[in-house]
Amino acid sequence: MKIDKNTTLKIAKLCRLRIEERETEELSSQLSSILDWVEQLNEVNTDNVEPLSNVSTAELPLRKDIENSEDKSKDILINAPEKLENYFVVPKVVE
Amino acid sequence: MEFSSITETLKTIRSKKISVEELSNIFIKRIKDSKNLNAFIYFNEEDIIEQSRKIDKLSNNLSLKGIPLAIKDLFCTKNMPTTAGSKILSNFHPTYESFVTQKLIDQGSVFVGKANCDEFAMGSSTTTSFFGNTINPVSPKGKQLVPGGSSGGSAAAVAAKLCLGATGTDTGGSIRQPASFCGVVGIKPTYGLCSRWGIVAFASSLDQAGIFANSIEDASILMKEVAGYDSNDSTSAKIRIPDYYKNLNQDVAGKIIGVPKEYTLPGISDEINNVWEEAIKLFEKGGAKIKKISLPRTKYALPAYYIIAPAEASSNLARYDGVKYGFRSNENNSLDEMYELTRSEGFGKEVKRRILIGTYVLSAGYYDAYYLKAQKVRKLIADDFTLAFKDCDFIMTPTTPSQAFQIGEKEEDPIKMYLNDIFTVPASLAGIPGISIPFGKSKEKLPLGIQLLSKHFDEQTILNAGLYLEKNNE
Amino acid sequence: MNNLIKGTKFEWETIIGLEIHAQVKSNSKLFSSSSTKFGSKPNSQVSLVDAAMPGMLPVINEFCVKQAIKTGIGLKAKINQYSVFDRKNYFYADLPQGYQISQYKYPIVGEGVVTIDFNNGESKDIRIVRLHLEQDAGKSLHDQNPVKTYVDLNRSGVALMEIVSEPDLRSAEEAALYITKLRSILMYLDVCDGNMQEGSLRADVNISVRKPGENYGTRCEIKNLNSIKFIKQAIEFEAKRQIGILEKGGEIEQNTLLFDSLISKTRPMRNKEEAHDYRYFPDPDLLPLKIEDSLIQSLVKEIPELPDERKKRYINDFHLSNYDSSVLTSEKQTSDYFDKVLESDNDLKGSAKLVANWITSELFAILNKHDLDIHQSPISPEHLGILIKLIISDKISGKIAKEVFEEMFQSKESPEKIVKEKDLIQVTDTKEIEIIIEKILNDNQDKVREYKEGKIKLLGFFVGQAMKESMGKANPKKLNQILLNKLR
Repeated sequence: MKIDKNTTLKIAKLCRLRIEERETEELSSQLSSILDWVEQLNEVNTDNVEPLSNVSTAELPLRKDIENSEDKSKDILINAPEKLENYFVVPKVVE
Repeated sequence: MEFSSITETLKTIRSKKISVEELSNIFIKRIKDSKNLNAFIYFNEEDIIEQSRKIDKLSNNLSLKGIPLAIKDLFCTKNMPTTAGSKILSNFHPTYESFVTQKLIDQGSVFVGKANCDEFAMGSSTTTSFFGNTINPVSPKGKQLVPGGSSGGSAAAVAAKLCLGATGTDTGGSIRQPASFCGVVGIKPTYGLCSRWGIVAFASSLDQAGIFANSIEDASILMKEVAGYDSNDSTSAKIRIPDYYKNLNQDVAGKIIGVPKEYTLPGISDEINNVWEEAIKLFEKGGAKIKKISLPRTKYALPAYYIIAPAEASSNLARYDGVKYGFRSNENNSLDEMYELTRSEGFGKEVKRRILIGTYVLSAGYYDAYYLKAQKVRKLIADDFTLAFKDCDFIMTPTTPSQAFQIGEKEEDPIKMYLNDIFTVPASLAGIPGISIPFGKSKEKLPLGIQLLSKHFDEQTILNAGLYLEKNNE
Repeated sequence: MNNLIKGTKFEWETIIGLEIHAQVKSNSKLFSSSSTKFGSKPNSQVSLVDAAMPGMLPVINEFCVKQAIKTGIGLKAKINQYSVFDRKNYFYADLPQGYQISQYKYPIVGEGVVTIDFNNGESKDIRIVRLHLEQDAGKSLHDQNPVKTYVDLNRSGVALMEIVSEPDLRSAEEAALYITKLRSILMYLDVCDGNMQEGSLRADVNISVRKPGENYGTRCEIKNLNSIKFIKQAIEFEAKRQIGILEKGGEIEQNTLLFDSLISKTRPMRNKEEAHDYRYFPDPDLLPLKIEDSLIQSLVKEIPELPDERKKRYINDFHLSNYDSSVLTSEKQTSDYFDKVLESDNDLKGSAKLVANWITSELFAILNKHDLDIHQSPISPEHLGILIKLIISDKISGKIAKEVFEEMFQSKESPEKIVKEKDLIQVTDTKEIEIIIEKILNDNQDKVREYKEGKIKLLGFFVGQAMKESMGKANPKKLNQILLNKLR
């Protein structure tokens, strides 16, 4: 799959990475060659094969509905780059 | 005393010939003398001494009393910062202790520091770390070799005897490959054997904690302590953990060893194949039977892995956004700008590349062609192993396609770097346990490794076979 | 029913589908043990998992799974015994993981139905497409600071059920009936507290218009409406807006809208992300959810009588009108109260209509006046039952009963005690009533004369006087009878 500069920029936007103009070309060609390389998979016949998401064959464990209501805000906010009165603070969001 | 093995050191500690603090001082000195290796991201003498004094007062029965360990900086630790080798977490101080490291603490081990690793465990050379390269201690004079990756700091620290064991994580080979490069034992257990709780996630369906040690015996002792069910990890296995050390048995007579023909690849140096041949002969000498087997989809493991792992990573790494913890870019006029600059400045090149690939293969219109396809191929690869284990007790392959390479090599071509994991990735996709045991040397006298693979939760079989190989390796 | 909207040129049909987000009633969150308590200090009910700390992992709450299954049963829907949790990836300040754990391809509940009832007794089935479990996000506060947004993660990770309807609704009215009914079912099942003000029930409205018989038009989605009033207003405004554009020859742009309740208008979200691409994929931290048949069967046994069944029972067993039955059953608490009154005394079964009237008029009025919910009513169902029994056994008149009722509300005393203490028992003794009437007629001989001359209207005057004399206690029927006899 050939990835052009626009696709690279579009993907970068989706995952919130800023790509500098000068990086775009090299990155696009790297992504293209990686995708070309993984496309070998098309040689494999996977008709009627169930996709494998997780090798674990265990049952999904279920937790009892027991609440822990102690105030954890100190632990939660301690590493925050910006906080105020128990809130995380980020640049203004316009809805 | 040499203090190079856990078994010996435990005896000395228990007989009170040396205190934990005295022992720790020996290792502190070793670490300080080996600063040039850059094996550690975090190292704090006073903290080590403080831990040691506390442990000195604890019961002698603790199974790891006083044993100095290095912790890969992917494990969250309460008393030491945790960076995952990334700028984006360079100032992160967890308020919690990972399940695995808590178990090691509970057994009285001493954490000598946080070991360097590739950023978010993405790499095979420990050259993607924000905190600089780690030097392989086996590097000949005048050369700087990579220790492998991503758990390069852990492998290097164990090889240089800066500790007696280390934790690592293995997603596609990140324990086995550096173990091979540095000449130590490295085990990636079965997926689900060790809890992932508190380990910075790379690719959740593949990540597995494991250990490095200087011998199979030491590795067996550590394995028992890091394995175990955790109700906070929904993929954690509810199985009884055997006493691997007690159960060690190097008798391989009658064992059937699978040797997959697909692991003989064109372009791989003779020395790798020769060492493999030697190992086969050695096992035969011990009475084992060699069986040629086929794992037909081996070739496709690497491309499937390089779809699945980046896809999961692109989602797992979305939480590093500068809101709750970690690095935040100073320039931020809007939320989106803050996200983009934080992530662009905070992540390194390889991480960004994988996030982009992962985002692409999950995006609308491409999911089926890439991600779903890769998961189907993953199923076939897992089936290949299931089938193969009907005919053999364990599988033997080389761990890596080459000896340790020089820092800076393979950097220009991502795919060349990815090919390092060609022998280790299939087992990761299948979730089966794998171990790398130092065996043989390259022409340049560098260590090489043999990889043993077994069925899910059958770590004992490869530890036993590994012991045979280790004891008879001359 | 004709729901067509007249434009300036054509008549238009509104096509509406709702996505309801109902907060699951549980003590702890969907994937962590933090409390779901509303109104706590910011970021105090946030676990390491909810804050998406590195290395944290989700573990699902069994109770939330059961609540979703019960809801599915209540919606007469298919319970999927295999379902999968997926990650829905997008960036937002109050979405700490950078993805929401939701269900995409394999939801826990499949197709079901909700029946809505119109006032005229007709009803309509609204089809449910699916119900799935997902995590709520946190809360962003935009109005505290001119250049900053504050983030509170207390809600982050709270379990939601997203219930998606087919576009079967045709008017704001129908949408309101649908959400009212769905809310009622959820509250009967005790799976959601139904509190819309606190956001326990929110709706996204998908809306388009078309000329009758034509294909569906382009739709817009109005996000996050949290009151039935706003839902109606938003639909009405948006339908007119779309019709206005189409009649001018324009085209509807597919868009995500917000409803501004201050001006009752919709507007596009300003933060228009480039076309959403959520990159759903199965969450590798979780395994597929498998539900045993036995669990479903045991939950079926826990399902209470639901509003539709109750309504049918009221109509069939108590001969209540369709309207009364709907009013009584729309809130479970009201219906429970009604049932308790009837259960308190077998003799009341024949007077269900009277009981219904007392609840829907007197009780509702007084509760309303004091801003109380029916479960906070100072008058217990048992006491109301006794009061009504006093009426039907002619012990007190309806008028006296209202006085007693007021007193019961204030004092919480039993009606018997109040009647006794205030000596309000109805006078049914003929002799006693005759004496009173004699006195009144004697005192007003001129009026008696006028009456006999044909001014029959004066009867009311005599009744009033006699009633007053009896302090309101005379049995009105007897009083009337005797009075008429005496005046003949």
